[in-house]
Amino acid sequence: MNLPVIIKFVIDLLAVLLLALGIKGLSKVKSARDANRLAAFAMSLSVVGLLSYYLGTSGIAIQSWIWIIIGSIIGSLFGAILAKKVPMTSMPETVALFNGCGGMSSLLVALGVAIFPISGSPENFDFFKSLINEVSISVSIFVGAITFTGSIVAMAKLQGWLSTPGWTQSKVRHFVNIVFAVASLIAFFDLINGNTSSIWLLVIVSSLLGIGVTLPIGGADMPVVISLLNSYSGIAAAAAGFVVDSQLLIVAGAMVGAAGLILTQVMCKGMNRSLVSVLFGGSLSAQSTASSGSGEYTNITSCSVEECALTLEAANKVIIVPGYGLAVAQAQHTLREVTKKLEQNGIEVVYAIHPVAGRMPGHMNVLLAEADVPYEQLKEMDVVNPDFPATDVVLVLGANDVVNPQAKNDSSSPLYGMPVLDVQEARTVFVIKRGMSAGYSGIKNDLFDLPNTSMVFGDAKKVLNDLIGELKDLGVGEK
Amino acid sequence: MSFISLLWVLLLGSLLGLELIGKVPPTLHTPLMSGANAISGITMLAALTLIVKADGNVPLLIIGSVSLGFALFNVVGGFFVTDRMLAMFSRKPLNKK
Repeated sequence: MNLPVIIKFVIDLLAVLLLALGIKGLSKVKSARDANRLAAFAMSLSVVGLLSYYLGTSGIAIQSWIWIIIGSIIGSLFGAILAKKVPMTSMPETVALFNGCGGMSSLLVALGVAIFPISGSPENFDFFKSLINEVSISVSIFVGAITFTGSIVAMAKLQGWLSTPGWTQSKVRHFVNIVFAVASLIAFFDLINGNTSSIWLLVIVSSLLGIGVTLPIGGADMPVVISLLNSYSGIAAAAAGFVVDSQLLIVAGAMVGAAGLILTQVMCKGMNRSLVSVLFGGSLSAQSTASSGSGEYTNITSCSVEECALTLEAANKVIIVPGYGLAVAQAQHTLREVTKKLEQNGIEVVYAIHPVAGRMPGHMNVLLAEADVPYEQLKEMDVVNPDFPATDVVLVLGANDVVNPQAKNDSSSPLYGMPVLDVQEARTVFVIKRGMSAGYSGIKNDLFDLPNTSMVFGDAKKVLNDLIGELKDLGVGEK
Repeated sequence: MSFISLLWVLLLGSLLGLELIGKVPPTLHTPLMSGANAISGITMLAALTLIVKADGNVPLLIIGSVSLGFALFNVVGGFFVTDRMLAMFSRKPLNKK
């Protein structure tokens, strides 16, 4: 071993250690920010390690430097700008986009190695030299392409640029996807047999497979898909690691792959969906209207903002249940104004956070933190559920399925078994909602029919603004 | 590195990932996902390798450079956006202006 090899070895080892510590640190609120920076540092360190290794061994041509600099500047610049500009509500889409680009990167590396075999390099850089090389290139292309197109479709659907086409809800889609999958497999074996041109077939059909699998999935399940695709991008990175013979890539890719799987599992559990039904079941609303019927509401009580304000003023303990609707209305800041007033009046306020509130675990926490809500007031479902019977008022804002008592009481409901917030145990429940439309699952919410529930119809932001006005008139929060 | 030892690396890396991530509170799942996603941009190293070894082959240099761009978009964007999210958590509770 010569010096550059030893230096690279040490740096790689250090980078892996720091990346692992970074991921570990991300699991605690206190250390999370530093941990993220640590991981970023480890990534830069790994670049320094690689470049210094090549400088010390083969050297780096001027031409290579030029292309390195061009690629780095453009990629980093766009990444940084997007990261600074994007609103917090669009987090799932943003992660999907970044993720897709990671997959694209792995795809391009494998493609580059496959099309332009490099002569005279000491490492296993000659295409088709060994079976392993062929397999890892194929896997890298396959997973990379699925990650890319899948993530882009996921992003487009979350942004509302793409809707779910009707045929994707029929059985036809399974047939189409099986055709794509079989075609990928054929291209894969053809490649291994030495037919280089089938690489394009592999690129095309695996891209189509990514689209075909993601397109039928409904908006509510999208975060699960993004999380799964995140896992794939890790696998794609690990596969690229086999292609260029880098342990560091393999370790980091494997860690991300495992992380994505765990997260996917957690999200599925929170929504009471199995991964299989998310991936192959189509959108939930299509199933539920067919199976259990939506049913009619019989006992809806609606009330004015004024009544709501009066009840709030008299309360001792208030629990807020925020949902994605709140985020869409960009009303988290207005909500904070309301709760500040209540707190100043000595009313105890906590926020009940369902594990999948805001479409992605932890998303709602981020949105509320943005509005300066103290971290201590955010209570997780299991912590807050026993508190509901002792609560005077519950405000449900833009949440629906996560407060549906059907999940506990009605074994025929598609929601049955999903963990929900027991808001109906509270003395009074106000549901602020634009209309009587169903939640993402498309299922009737029994909560709305209960005698202690009142509906306040209107846009979340407008209702909260009116509420601030009413509370002011009552003198709440003036002292 | 032989293929077998690379497989060992893959296995141990996966186990490490499972172990590290098994204990994260739901609150941090979005930042974690975004942070882990940034790390998956480690393919930038593969792109760099490609460019360095291109040996004057312009199409390969271009592919490598585009790949590097995509990877760094993922890495830089991912870390920045994670930092933005986490900055909100680290705000002191009840510090009103």
